[in-house]
Amino acid sequence: MIEVEGLIKYFGSVRAIDDVSFKVERGEVVAFLGPNAAGKTTTMRILTCFFPPTSGNVRVAGFDVIKDSLEVRRRIGYFLERVPLYPDMSVFRFLNFVSEVKGVDKRERTRHIAKVMDDCGLAEVSGKLIGNLSKGYRQRCGIAQALIHDPEVLILDEPTIGLDPEQVIEIRELVKNLAGRRTVLLSTHILSEASMICQRVIIINEGRIVASGSPDELTTELQRSSRISAQIKGPRDRVIERLEKIRGVISVEARGLVSPNVFQYLIESRKDLDVRAKVSSTVHKNDWGLLEMRQVGMTLEEIFVKVVSGER
Amino acid sequence: MANLYSIFRKELRSYFTSPIAYVIISIFLVLSGYFFYTNLIYFVLWGGADVTAGLWQFLFHDMRLFLLLMVPLITMRLFAEEKKLGTIELIATYPIRDIEILFGKFLACLAMLVLMLALAFLYPALLYPIHSFNIAPVLAGYLGLFLLGCAFISCGMLVSSLTENQIVSAMVTFGLLLLFWFVSWNEAAASPMVSQILLRVSLFDRFYHFARGVIDTKDLVFYFLFTGFFLFLTLRSLESRRWRGLR
Repeated sequence: MIEVEGLIKYFGSVRAIDDVSFKVERGEVVAFLGPNAAGKTTTMRILTCFFPPTSGNVRVAGFDVIKDSLEVRRRIGYFLERVPLYPDMSVFRFLNFVSEVKGVDKRERTRHIAKVMDDCGLAEVSGKLIGNLSKGYRQRCGIAQALIHDPEVLILDEPTIGLDPEQVIEIRELVKNLAGRRTVLLSTHILSEASMICQRVIIINEGRIVASGSPDELTTELQRSSRISAQIKGPRDRVIERLEKIRGVISVEARGLVSPNVFQYLIESRKDLDVRAKVSSTVHKNDWGLLEMRQVGMTLEEIFVKVVSGER
Repeated sequence: MANLYSIFRKELRSYFTSPIAYVIISIFLVLSGYFFYTNLIYFVLWGGADVTAGLWQFLFHDMRLFLLLMVPLITMRLFAEEKKLGTIELIATYPIRDIEILFGKFLACLAMLVLMLALAFLYPALLYPIHSFNIAPVLAGYLGLFLLGCAFISCGMLVSSLTENQIVSAMVTFGLLLLFWFVSWNEAAASPMVSQILLRVSLFDRFYHFARGVIDTKDLVFYFLFTGFFLFLTLRSLESRRWRGLR
């Protein structure tokens, strides 16, 4: 649905996008992840025909963004990070205007707008001027204008930024429900969000794609060691000394006192060796107490930091 | 076509949901009404037999100034505001052609202009029952004001498309329009050939013919070309976003 090949974008002499290629299939929900100024918005602006790429092939829904820009724009819904809206229009009038220019059938327009307003929780403010709306409602208005013509492709630039937690969940649910029917590319720098609603993550940094895959794939690919968190009752130094002797353990680190004489430990071990049984028997042999033990997966945050800082 | 109409309605509504339209139209009417009154007194006291030369001509000259004052305030927001708000990115990514945006906005300004002039048509309408006169030259004068207004609007649109600051947009438009006015004033200093050219590009020298009730095709063509040229430049300025940086 979205095909990007060798995309390069210069601003003056600054290379904002440096040879980016990716594909998004029909019905996929893909997250575009990256720190600020990584090139997420620039890529999205090219996909939505706001400005052209310096070079490279970019096709959306089978149409070239330069040659068939109008056809591309008919098929996309675009949510902008800044959420620009016309402050002197009421919500209904704005959505009516948008559905007119996006070519929603005249007879269905009113019904259609009512449905979208309902989906986005805008029904109760339909007559209010956009300029008087709170941030949350403005955000929904931005989502509504992107959804209004039932586009094949949705491009959402930071759709949940600046919302309160409840609204964030609502928006995420909304996006999740679109999966399967719509192709969604959304950018975010909240990693948990990406792993929650997206099947695939593309991590971009300094205009380049540094990693891509499902959150699970990325975790296994990037994790070199497995980690165990354990609470052990016993003398700290001796516990560390003994545990480090177990085959496969790379390091043991005390993470703090939980209760008198009980410490939290982080045990890093080789990926291919499960040391949990050995840990438990060592604790047992020394007559300490094993209060808790669990495997700690790598969070997307850690993957992200790893990838972005170039350490793999 | 449907898109053009949507843009037109959006722009026109925006003038009337904000105070802009009311303020501009009322100030235009107050000023032109006052000048109609003083010109009328002057005509009654010292004017000759010819209402066109003695009254309307002067009123049109005055109204031309008020248009010069008002039109840049109407056009300043057209693109500058969209850029400032960021909504330009919204409409640029909607399936609307640039030319539809251009003409939608242009027609909305024209509607404002027509409304202003239609309300200002009150003056001849008030005078006519009391003292009937030949209406045709007056209509020519209003046509002249309309054409002059079109030229002002097209010029203001171009400037607005180049900046995101509304004040800058209005100031530069004022500057350009005043320049087009004064350009023919310094005839003595320019060489005969240059001064001939300057006289011909001056927006205002053409207007004197209309104010006297004369419709000359040369003048009509000039205003059409002037407006068309500036609209064309505005369209290029809008489109530049789509090819700038392309290699």
